[in-house]
Amino acid sequence: MEDKDLIAEISSIRNIMDRSTKFISLSGLSGVMAGIYALVGAWLAYKLLYVTDDSFIVRGYYRLLEERLILIAMAVLFLSVLTGVLLTLRKAGKKGQSVWNQTSQSLLLNGALPLATGGVFCGIMLLRGHYEVIAPCTLIFYGLALVAASKYTFGDVKWLGIFDIALGLLAAVFPGYGLFFWAFGFGVLHILYGTIMHFKYDR
Amino acid sequence: MKVTLTNFDKAFENRIRLQIMSVLVANESYDFNSLKELLDVTDGNLASHLKALEKEEYITVNKSFLGRKPNTRYVASALGVQAFKKHLQELENLIRQQRG
Repeated sequence: MEDKDLIAEISSIRNIMDRSTKFISLSGLSGVMAGIYALVGAWLAYKLLYVTDDSFIVRGYYRLLEERLILIAMAVLFLSVLTGVLLTLRKAGKKGQSVWNQTSQSLLLNGALPLATGGVFCGIMLLRGHYEVIAPCTLIFYGLALVAASKYTFGDVKWLGIFDIALGLLAAVFPGYGLFFWAFGFGVLHILYGTIMHFKYDR
Repeated sequence: MKVTLTNFDKAFENRIRLQIMSVLVANESYDFNSLKELLDVTDGNLASHLKALEKEEYITVNKSFLGRKPNTRYVASALGVQAFKKHLQELENLIRQQRG
């Protein structure tokens, strides 16, 4: 056996190990889009919260405001997931890879537990009227989900998760600025990371 | 330069078999269809290599049902992991030998 063959053999082993454990069809562009949706959502929420004439804030209105904020959050979540799924399907299709396999299942399963826990927890906090914990909690649980899922995809995702957790903890230290931390974590960081991932892996 | 191949595992002489083992060492278990897609081989080809590894007792087979569909999962045995590591060590030695 030649030296070159040996090295090719070893690199093929490493390649197959990587591909067997990591889902690499995640689209970087979908991260950018999710970030843009989050920023638009945050801007709408900001207008609702702070640019409203005080005289309008009466009991009945307050209830409506809350519902509108939840509606915005749901729309951002729905659009982000939809874009993510569509762009990932497209990327996998281009590369001739399947999207529903052992790695994508591990990815979703591992990410889903912290994410669902956080979702339910935030729902309970909303119902009990603890609005100030929503921004830190969504950031922290989302970050934990990313870290948990990162084992099954690009390692960079882990760092995005760690930054989101750190931002969530900071948001808990500065109550009242939740929306800004939220916009930074879900908006700016997503756009930044999506761009990095796009240029690193998608081309 | 001539190098000795005496320590090479005959079971890993075939590249597909070595690749199957790589996947099973890196994962707790893997199913037939995912393996097939990953390695880009035909059903029959993959089955025969799996059979060979099973005969060496390098892998174990778990057959179960997911609803009505049969789901066959493969797991690397301790013996198989050991043999794989030895094979890699041997590859490494060869490279060192040739460069040295």
